[in-house]
Amino acid sequence: MILGIDYPTWWFLVVGALFSGYAILDGFDFGAGAWHLFFRKEESRRIALNAVGPVWDGNEVWLVIGGGALFAGFPILYAFLFSAMYTPFMLFLVFIIFRAISIEFRSKEKMLWWRKTWDFMYALSSIMLAFLLGVVLGNVLQGMPVNQQWEYEGGGFFSFLNPYAILVGLTTLSLFMTHGAMYLLMKTEGRLYQKLTHLLKGSIAAFIILLVVLSIYTLIYVPQLSDEIRADFRLWILPFLAFLSVANIPRLASKQKFRRGFIFSSLTISLLLMMVAIEIYPTLIVSTLDGGKDITIYNAASSTKSLSIMLTIAAIGAPMVLAYTIFVYRTFKGKVRLDETSY
Amino acid sequence: MDVEILARLQFAFTVAFHYIYPPLSIGLGLLMVIFESLFVVTKKQVYEDLARFWTKIFALTFGIGVATGIVMEFEFGTNWATYSRYVGDVFGSALAAEGIFAFALESGFLGVLLFGWNRVKPWVHLVSTIGVFFGSLFSAIWIVVANSWQQTPAGFHVVGEGLEARAEITDFWAMVFNPSSVDRLLHVWLGAFLAGAFLVISVHAYYLVRNRHVEISKIALRLALPVALIFSLLQLFTGHHSADGVAANQPTKLAAMEGHYQPESAADMYILGWVDQNKEEVTGIKIPGGLSYLVHGDFDAPIKGLNAFPEADRPTQINAIFQFYHLMVAIGIALIFLTVYSSILLLKGHLFQKKWLLWILAFSVVLPQLANQFGWYTAEMGRQPWVVWELLRTSDALSQAVKANQVLFSLILFALIYLILFILFLYLLNKKIKMGPHESDVEREEMEEDERKLTQDLTDILIGNNSQK
Ligand code: HDD
Ligand code: HEM
Ligand code: HEM
Repeated sequence: MILGIDYPTWWFLVVGALFSGYAILDGFDFGAGAWHLFFRKEESRRIALNAVGPVWDGNEVWLVIGGGALFAGFPILYAFLFSAMYTPFMLFLVFIIFRAISIEFRSKEKMLWWRKTWDFMYALSSIMLAFLLGVVLGNVLQGMPVNQQWEYEGGGFFSFLNPYAILVGLTTLSLFMTHGAMYLLMKTEGRLYQKLTHLLKGSIAAFIILLVVLSIYTLIYVPQLSDEIRADFRLWILPFLAFLSVANIPRLASKQKFRRGFIFSSLTISLLLMMVAIEIYPTLIVSTLDGGKDITIYNAASSTKSLSIMLTIAAIGAPMVLAYTIFVYRTFKGKVRLDETSY
Repeated sequence: MDVEILARLQFAFTVAFHYIYPPLSIGLGLLMVIFESLFVVTKKQVYEDLARFWTKIFALTFGIGVATGIVMEFEFGTNWATYSRYVGDVFGSALAAEGIFAFALESGFLGVLLFGWNRVKPWVHLVSTIGVFFGSLFSAIWIVVANSWQQTPAGFHVVGEGLEARAEITDFWAMVFNPSSVDRLLHVWLGAFLAGAFLVISVHAYYLVRNRHVEISKIALRLALPVALIFSLLQLFTGHHSADGVAANQPTKLAAMEGHYQPESAADMYILGWVDQNKEEVTGIKIPGGLSYLVHGDFDAPIKGLNAFPEADRPTQINAIFQFYHLMVAIGIALIFLTVYSSILLLKGHLFQKKWLLWILAFSVVLPQLANQFGWYTAEMGRQPWVVWELLRTSDALSQAVKANQVLFSLILFALIYLILFILFLYLLNKKIKMGPHESDVEREEMEEDERKLTQDLTDILIGNNSQK
């Protein structure tokens, strides 16, 4: 116990913070990538690419750390989730690779077909990555068939694709695209900037519609995902804040305040994830099997000893990570400039 | 094929592919730090040209290293669920530390390293280069610690039984400094430095043969060759240490490495050989009692052979382990000859005229790469049938939920993608090498003189060659 909170809960908070950090950071670069084919001019595409150029790799580190933290803190959940969601995670990995190489390789050759191919791969993989993240989240939220041995007892290849998961996937995609557009607007000017101000409207509208449908669907079909908040009306503050934050995005966008808009789209992501966290705590995955076992933060956690060691590691590491993240973002702040070191 | 074979194949294939790149990044990192420090100290343009050129190649190896590394991290969960549950408590903290201390450091400064040349002061840039280099060294620490824990577990106890059993950490530092981690870490680091140094040597030797970028290449060789020389020599010692460790902690692996079957007799050491697994004997050139001497300092000391252990507790691929091990050692020795001879010629001032030697140097880059691969094959195949030494069997470590067709599907997918990736890598590497470093012409002559002195002093100290004085 530290400050009256037990170790598994602390680690739950750490993992939660890492994943929301990840969603915010890779969220904007997946989102930016998802728009790629909407830009027609070579110059625009290069600017868009270089807006994420110096940071995308650092953003992915959050996934690596988050994955490591999950493995370390909740090995049972890590083992279950990744073997159960085998197909979507393998696809995720494949697209992660494709995305990385598209960024690296696109501008290395002048040929049109070369650039077109990588542009297409870059956009496709960005879209699929955002979508797959949502799909996996959807599956977790709905509950999964966990048996007594902590193994998955579901179908094979395509069982991960179900209506709810697809809906969450699309919502995630639209949110990330909004978020990515905000980021690009912050980093660009001129023709690309003009174009984006139009595109942004579409994605905001799509996101709001999808979010409404998703909320209604959740309230009706996945009631366990709203019982905490319904039971304790002090928690209503969260959906209320989330609503304000979402509403703020189009308002700021229409006033061309993209920096603040970006802050609010980041806030929206973390508020939504906070709601998820409150609802699933302490049961991470509800077993949909008769006689199955729910995975909770207590039965999935590593030993107290291990958790306390890792909390120490995290406490030492976090300020360092923060310091050089700030250093990098400051070095590259402002609008994108292309020079001979650019992609 | 069953899930176990497929999953093992998939893991071996993806990690072996991953391991082409990190050693290059770690080794190039070292050389970039050397080049750039010289630039910051002497303000001479060539060093900056070198640093910038190698940074571009570094970007390529690093990018692929990251993309293929993420696959590795998640493959533990997807294919080896039981293993992940078993080791999560101990192993997880090493992976988490790797993420926080190593990868964040690396990728944080990477942006500045690659794109910051014109934005920050030279010394700030140097600090970033050093940051990336240290990050890559750290990432090797944690992953090798985790792997070494599998080889020689320490600092834990087992709770639960049967499929529920798992290892829980009791002593963090005992886990980190388990009996094999320090030896193996040093060996892995040096292997990485060699991979990087030889890439630099190869490319610049090739330029010299082709008569391009001549001056800058001479300088690069004068700097990279001593690095390669030092680490080739040291690698012999760290390798020997590792072998001692294997003898103490993993007798079945040691026996497999030399194809030693007799339960209790003196063991030979082979220079070259072939293991007949049915007849349980080795034919080849050997030093009788050599292994006994190496381990116990006595040619007649008995060493436990494979037959001293139950069939189920020892590796099956004896000949493969034998061959990989001997190839690695042979390459190690070859690297020593190559670097010592080249350094002597360099000191005497003949190296750049010896076309044939430059050709050999131009191709030498494959040697450390192969040794690195073979070393891991020895270590990992020699560990079988255990996934965690004497605690968890590989066949028990799988994900129960995953079906053979899923693994097969992803294996084929990865094989295809990695093939494309590899072709692209070679293509772009070739292109960058063709393009060559940007050369600014500043006081070449004077610099060359400086260089020659520097290398000479270095080499004098190293091999005690005083004849030139
Ligand atoms: C921290 C863990 C770890 C690390 C750093 C490595 N491995 Fe490993 N390796 C495993 C953890 C592991 C494993 C998960 O434990 C496997 C899977 C099945 C098995 O028996 O061990 C394995 C199997 C395995 C096999 C198959 C052995 C067999 O099935 O007979 C090969 C050839 C390699 N690995 C090669 C490598 C290479 C080239 C590495 C260098 C990067 C490497 N390993 C690093
Ligand atoms: C199964 C074993 C391994 C796993 C799970 C693994 C995991 C990873 C991951 C997740 C990354 C990407 C990090 C990022 O986003 O920056 C990565 C890159 C890297 N890995 Fe591995 N790795 C393994 C084996 C190794 C070994 C044995 C070494 C070292 C000697 C190593 C050294 C590195 C380095 C230096 C990088 C940075 C990228 C590069 O330099 O190419 N890895 N690895
Ligand atoms: C010169 C003589 C050498 C000897 C006697 C030697 C010895 C060994 C031994 C005994 C192992 C197995 C350790 C274990 O299973 O725990 C090993 C592994 C390994 N070797 Fe070597 N080695 C030599 C040269 C080299 C060279 C030149 C390289 C690379 C450039 C290299 C790279 C590796 C790697 C990457 C591993 C796997 C990691 C490890 O287990 O440490 N070795 N070596």
